[in-house]
Amino acid sequence: MLEKALEGSKKYWAWVFFLGIFALSGTYWYIRQFNEGLGLTGMHRDVSWGLYIGQFTFLVGVAASAVMLVIPYYLHDFKKFGKIVILGEFLAISAVTMCILFIFVDMGQPMRIMNVMLHPTPGSVMFWDSVVLSGYLFINALVGWVTLGADKKGVPPPKWIKPFIYLSIPWAISIHTVTAFLYSGVPGRHFWLTAVMAARFLASAFAGGPALLIILALIVRKVSKFDAGKDVIQAISRIVAYAMFANVFLLGLEFFTAFYSGIPGHQHPFVYLYKGLDGHSELVTLMWTSSIFAAVSLIMLWVPKIRRNEGLLALACIMLFSSLWIDKGFGLIIGGFVPNPFEEVNPYWPTYPETMITIGVWAIGFIVLTFLYKIAISVREQTAGVEIEH
Amino acid sequence: MSMDRRQFLKFSGIASILGFGATVADATNLITGKQLLPPQVDKNKETLTAKRWAMVVDMSKFKTDEDFQKTITACHSIHNVPDFRKPDGAPDRKFEVKWIWKSTYEKAFPGMESQYQSEHVKDMPFMLLCNHCTNPACVRVCPTKATYKLPDGITMQDMHRCIGCRFCMAACPYGARSFNWVDPRRAANLDPAKGGKVNPEYPTRTKGVVEKCTFCTERLAVGKRPACVETAPAGALLFGDLEDPNSEVRKIVTNKLTIRRKPELGTGPAIYYLIGGGDHA
Repeated sequence: MLEKALEGSKKYWAWVFFLGIFALSGTYWYIRQFNEGLGLTGMHRDVSWGLYIGQFTFLVGVAASAVMLVIPYYLHDFKKFGKIVILGEFLAISAVTMCILFIFVDMGQPMRIMNVMLHPTPGSVMFWDSVVLSGYLFINALVGWVTLGADKKGVPPPKWIKPFIYLSIPWAISIHTVTAFLYSGVPGRHFWLTAVMAARFLASAFAGGPALLIILALIVRKVSKFDAGKDVIQAISRIVAYAMFANVFLLGLEFFTAFYSGIPGHQHPFVYLYKGLDGHSELVTLMWTSSIFAAVSLIMLWVPKIRRNEGLLALACIMLFSSLWIDKGFGLIIGGFVPNPFEEVNPYWPTYPETMITIGVWAIGFIVLTFLYKIAISVREQTAGVEIEH
Repeated sequence: MSMDRRQFLKFSGIASILGFGATVADATNLITGKQLLPPQVDKNKETLTAKRWAMVVDMSKFKTDEDFQKTITACHSIHNVPDFRKPDGAPDRKFEVKWIWKSTYEKAFPGMESQYQSEHVKDMPFMLLCNHCTNPACVRVCPTKATYKLPDGITMQDMHRCIGCRFCMAACPYGARSFNWVDPRRAANLDPAKGGKVNPEYPTRTKGVVEKCTFCTERLAVGKRPACVETAPAGALLFGDLEDPNSEVRKIVTNKLTIRRKPELGTGPAIYYLIGGGDHA
């Protein structure tokens, strides 16, 4: 099926070429970072994780969100998701690829990456994160490939793939839970030390991932004959609305605990992020943008009239996705480090090389996504109209 | 300890029997091939050992800024800690690496200050370094065991195994860990081209690894106390075995009022700050 990715229109290749430029510039800056060290980034002693780890965290959520299509389709026999479930699985593959790349570009000694496997440390959450992420990549690649291959031949997928499909459900939950444990299990970082971290991660993932999928499905419909179906997109938008409500609710709980308890250490990161602290307000505009986008997109998704208009739905999904990207891909990490353990505010902002490397990784992820979607769409275009029982 | 002739003979007799016995056992094992041990190296008799190394810091003994600076310099120059400077000579905080440093009461013990304390009290100097915790978060989170506990309580790290993920820095509640954002040998104090000098007896680090205070394991091994303890004013930094009831650190911790940084986090810091000072030494 791979050959399908290699045959396409001029527009298809123009898009791949466009992404390729950013992938190459990212690679160039990464080589410089590799030679000069992570000093090329905006990170420092006090904010020792930044944009890279933020993107990693956010994308684990996007990857995990495939389960929001797998559960209705395979567990509840919601047949309408039959066509789109492959888009979810392939989005997961692309997202996990980006996660792994973001971890890699964040490492001080990337050539020693195998030390994680050579000296396995079951007490370290990071060790488990690498285990569950690589496992998830494998499961989704296997399930996606086998089911799509069966579709191509016009036969139902083999029975042996079912256990892997069912396994992918708890596995998806595990990748984001373990990622949350990276943060919620360390002492002395008030912003992260919260039991609802994993729950919030899952809620925001199940909102942000499917929102991206809606945007992708609308684009796919525009550029190909593959149509996921209006009612399918509506069904996903309801999932997005519920998950986003849960996410905003959980964020509200964080505010309550921090401010009603009155514990200064718990309040400081919130004050820094949303109001500014000690004369530093680097993230205030971004965080409020995130909050406003969250509120507006939630209302848009909640009102059926707005949601049913696909143009407005797309706008709501873009706002929601951006809101979560700011909140989880940036604010979450910085809020853990500012103020530092001495209650000093030492701000962070990504540098140009760091931004270019980040865009480069996203570009590589989107190239992977483009190829995978091209394959899936080509297969589906051939078998258009043929409903296959999975 | 004194010993009369009779006791001596008894003691040496037992020793020779035990020694002989051991030789026979070794020979038997060698023949049967049961247990081929690697060649045993005698422990350095000079080595300072303890069940639980700890430090008492008596801030009252630090009188001048020079007292701090010479202590910090002693540590940092022995361990080739890079000192990054901006073009105007001011410290460059962006690449900062530090093992021991001077801070203030307000920063070392956040949340303990009160609004009526004068700036003088809030800014009272405190010497900070790795707490060599009993239950260190940095060791727990490290995915490669590059940072680990020694049996004597020291939190150590292997700079050749560290992958530079910086999880330990996120986990440490004391800001004790520094990352080499760039090649540390580039710093003016270590780069011969910039007039710097490297201590050849201690390794320099590569970029991309995390480092911190090691309680001078390399000095303990040859019978020397940590460099900071040697250089600080008399009685300012006391170093000893907390498990030994007769050690000075233990006596102070038992009988005097000492505080530790963020003990509520359960990390079990081994650096005790003596309140009130006095003639303990």
